[in-house]
Amino acid sequence: MAESTISAGPGQSQSGSGVPRLQLKNISKTFGAVRALANVDFEVYPNEVVGLVGDNGAGKSTLIKTMSGAYVPDEGDIFIDGQKVTIASPQDSTRLGIETVYQDLALCDNLDVVANLWLGREAKQAIIPGVIGTLNETEMERLTLEVLRSLDVKIPSVRLPVATLSGGQRQSIAVAKTILRKPKVVLLDEPTAALGVAQTRQVLNLILRLKEQGLAVVVISHNLHDVFEVVDRVIVMRLGKRAGTFTIKNTTPERVVAAITGAEFGDAPA
Amino acid sequence: MKNRTIDPKETSSQSQSGLAGTVAPANVEKRSLRTILRGDLGFLPVLFTLAVIAIFFYFTTDGIFLNSRNLSNLTQQIVTIGILSIAAVLVLLLGEIDLSLAAVAQASSAVTVVLSVYQSWNPWLAILAGLLTGAVIGVINGFFIAVLRVPSFIVTLAGSIGYAGMLLVVLGKQTTLIVRDETIRALSPNYLDPILGIGLPALAVIGYAVVVILEQQSRAKAGLKVKSPTQLALQLGGTAIAVALIVFLFQSYLGVPQSVLIWIALVVVAALILKRTPAGRHLYAVGGSGEAARRAGINVVLLKIVVFGVASTLAAFAGIMLASRTTAVATAVSPTLLLSAIAAAVIGGVSLFGGRGSVWAVVLGSLVIGSLDNGLDLLNQEQSVKNIVQGVVLLLAVTVDALVRRANASKGR
Repeated sequence: MAESTISAGPGQSQSGSGVPRLQLKNISKTFGAVRALANVDFEVYPNEVVGLVGDNGAGKSTLIKTMSGAYVPDEGDIFIDGQKVTIASPQDSTRLGIETVYQDLALCDNLDVVANLWLGREAKQAIIPGVIGTLNETEMERLTLEVLRSLDVKIPSVRLPVATLSGGQRQSIAVAKTILRKPKVVLLDEPTAALGVAQTRQVLNLILRLKEQGLAVVVISHNLHDVFEVVDRVIVMRLGKRAGTFTIKNTTPERVVAAITGAEFGDAPA
Repeated sequence: MKNRTIDPKETSSQSQSGLAGTVAPANVEKRSLRTILRGDLGFLPVLFTLAVIAIFFYFTTDGIFLNSRNLSNLTQQIVTIGILSIAAVLVLLLGEIDLSLAAVAQASSAVTVVLSVYQSWNPWLAILAGLLTGAVIGVINGFFIAVLRVPSFIVTLAGSIGYAGMLLVVLGKQTTLIVRDETIRALSPNYLDPILGIGLPALAVIGYAVVVILEQQSRAKAGLKVKSPTQLALQLGGTAIAVALIVFLFQSYLGVPQSVLIWIALVVVAALILKRTPAGRHLYAVGGSGEAARRAGINVVLLKIVVFGVASTLAAFAGIMLASRTTAVATAVSPTLLLSAIAAAVIGGVSLFGGRGSVWAVVLGSLVIGSLDNGLDLLNQEQSVKNIVQGVVLLLAVTVDALVRRANASKGR
């Protein structure tokens, strides 16, 4: 990996790790009088975790929503594995292999883990082929256990309602749900925001598992400590622009904070 | 960090535990029994209530309450509420409410009877027309609720008033209309031939056993946890014995009543759809979190319209069964029919907030309400006493359920 530099403008990050799994070029988005995103570039590579940080209102959520199809950019292009794509809706995004986990997790508390994981994509067995199909619970449960095992997520029982699980376990379930669709990119919006120490550990491990499986992971977080634990690169947003790119190995939290707040840090290079 | 390594040895499948890192099988089984008792299968409070009621009336009526003739009458009396309650459950599971069910029941049955008596329609076509009336009303309800986002309480309240008016229009100048057609009159009061009365339940129990056993086999093959032979024997044996007892009870009087069989068949179909099909799963999901369901790709609007449509169609059928039983339709909408149907669902454990409950709640809840009515009648009590007692029992049953839930919640499950 190349050395990083602290840059103040649209970031130049590491060179030549191949083609980015997901790349955004020159993205702009305006809401009325507010310029939420201004000429933003973004890229994330396979087997990489990128942290997207910035103060409130910096444009992190807007950028994520552009990737997940919730917003359509006014300008700019999106590329997946080098191919230009159009993302006009959340369905487009999912179809292209981008999965998003928002802060509210979108879980049904009254259903168990298996039901939540397979919601909307239930496995069926045909009773009368083409006419009536019932749920194939055995298959769904088996695959659920497999996925949870591969992600090293420990749940006491996959047949209890998710309301009984801890915050960390619920977050893990929400993430596991996205894995079932075999995505290329996973976007996580504040995954550790409401979690305690042990549960945060659980989720951070999960993120590393995702990376090990070859996914490109983007994590929005306010918590720089968490960011420095799992992330490979940090992209800083400020006032709708990309304000800095850092390689974690070669930087410190203070420099990242400086980029977030726009403070002067001095001339010392990385 | 120990969490980072995935031990490939842990992935070998053991038939008792499919999870790496779970507690020993014995603990898990014991815990799941306790979990079942305390969890969302909140049937125990209702069963307890039913047992108390049964014992109380048994002793105060010198045993008449539990004789087969009385039980036969009791079950037939609750069929209308029972079918209406299925409709109520479907809507309640969504997290909505339908206050127009009773009015729809009577208005639709009036359509059927008027067509049969005045237009001399074929009885089956007349019944179809009545069901269609219910379906159309339900879809209209669903449109206002799901598409226009008007609260279901208001839409169906307006509906209950409007459709009661429609009932008056359909019946015209008369306040009652007698059902003349033999087919319609025969729907309710018939008793089944022993061949059907014993054969159909037997078939159902055998079918149930086959499905359960097949499922356990496929689970074992997939390396998942299976029930122990004891558990299986209890589950299947218990069901078989219970069904046999009930059929025996009926047969020792005049046989299994046709209306009761129709009602239970509807409950079974509803239960199968709710628990075993994707559509049923989606229904529970919408009741739990409409937003999560939407994000999972479920068409929530369509689902709601369909559910309200089905509910009103069931209500129409309940009305037709009532018309068959009383051999008449009247302009007066029964004031307690709707609330009894909803009460039956709630007593049986269906949550008013959506997402929780089983359609079998209908059977238990209807039995509680029917037993109170029937028992108090046997004791020659006034309507006032009946109302007070029913109100108290409803409150108690729901309070016990709420307390059980609170106890579970405070223990973190």
